[in-house]
Amino acid sequence: MLARRIIPCLDVRNGRVVKGKNFKDIQDVDDPARLGKYYSDSGADELVFYDITASNEERKASLEFVKKVANEINIPFSVGGGVSTIDDFKFILRSGADKVSVNSSAVRNPNLIKEAAERFGNQCVVLSIDAKKNEEGSWSVYVKGGREKTSLDAVEWAVKGVELGAGEIVVNSIDEDGMKNGYDLDLLKKITDAVNVPVIASGGAGKMEHFLEAVKYADADGILAASVFHFGEIKISDLKKYLKENGVEVRI
Amino acid sequence: MHVIIDYGMGNLASVERAFEKIGVDVKISSREEDLRSAKSLILPGVGAFRDAIRLLDESGLSNVIKEEVSKGKYLIGICLGMQLLYDKSYEYGEYEGLGLIKGDIEFLDVNLKVPHMGWNNLKFNKQDPILKYINEDEYVYFVHSYYAVSDNQELVAYSNYEKRVPAIVRKNNVYGIQFHPEKSGETGQNILKAYKEIIEN
Repeated sequence: MLARRIIPCLDVRNGRVVKGKNFKDIQDVDDPARLGKYYSDSGADELVFYDITASNEERKASLEFVKKVANEINIPFSVGGGVSTIDDFKFILRSGADKVSVNSSAVRNPNLIKEAAERFGNQCVVLSIDAKKNEEGSWSVYVKGGREKTSLDAVEWAVKGVELGAGEIVVNSIDEDGMKNGYDLDLLKKITDAVNVPVIASGGAGKMEHFLEAVKYADADGILAASVFHFGEIKISDLKKYLKENGVEVRI
Repeated sequence: MHVIIDYGMGNLASVERAFEKIGVDVKISSREEDLRSAKSLILPGVGAFRDAIRLLDESGLSNVIKEEVSKGKYLIGICLGMQLLYDKSYEYGEYEGLGLIKGDIEFLDVNLKVPHMGWNNLKFNKQDPILKYINEDEYVYFVHSYYAVSDNQELVAYSNYEKRVPAIVRKNNVYGIQFHPEKSGETGQNILKAYKEIIEN
């Protein structure tokens, strides 16, 4: 049976990881390859890197980290942040990433998903959606790092993205992000019910129960988290043991 | 020296690194003389079957591979490279493969999500030296939408995904691996380590 994936997410700026401080067993925790290797050795099933380098010019240099990561780890990883052209896809995949995620640029130009999927295959095109609950009780898509509201409905956008060729959806709840109260299960469930590609839960993890809920209640295929891993609050090995004891298929 | 066949499909660096890490002396090449003088051949590949087989046929490498295999040289196909070993594929049409293993490549027609993407556990079908360093139920990383359909004479290991998905196959000196050993952590590395002993003996 397919295992549910545990996915640490690392933010990278100018080629360095922006992170927590609780790593006792690695030196230079700012190095994406070092930290990637650490997580890979700790039992992570996949890694996500978001490049948050501010300017386009600097990003190209920043993305040199992708090659180093590919050299260090032997599990799949995806890279996102500022990806807006087919050339960006090509550069990142050639550097050794397995998947590329798109967010704001796909909202601006949905055709990017289609072109990338046709050129590189659906499996390496990840649509990342930042969503926030609105007054009507549904969820709106936000872009530009959650700063700008769009007219898109998150569930409809997920369906559209898959039609266009996205092979995976990351659902990031803006409301829950950083709150440590658990994932937005209703939003997640709506999306896992609506699409037939893997759905990754993001935003809100604070304790191990939250990971379990995302699988049990919303059928998430993968669960992504950042700070609980970076700050050492949850160890991946403990988390997987806990999930397994609760009947979730995981790779141990 | 072992040759990773470069026929223009995808990034070969991760496969190269995986072999280098376990101490196999590999070289990426598309030159006939390299394939001829290689101790063994590695056929990687991601993408569409149609494009891959066309590139192999047009470059003449298909025939070189078949001839070298018939002389007893080891060949391992990885992911799409495994699918190319079979007689025929039905991916976006109908295309002849290398015909080194009897069977067809068909769409993975299941109610579960397709592509079959992620970590799945291996079930052993029969003993083979490639399994030497791994245990049944270890996980490996798959990404594919088509799978091999045959009488399973060649089946060494499989994963269950509603259907029985051939994961490692072997016919004499020809091996195929449907998942990505180079992305399958320590398990993948241990599979390649066992394969190294096979090809270096």
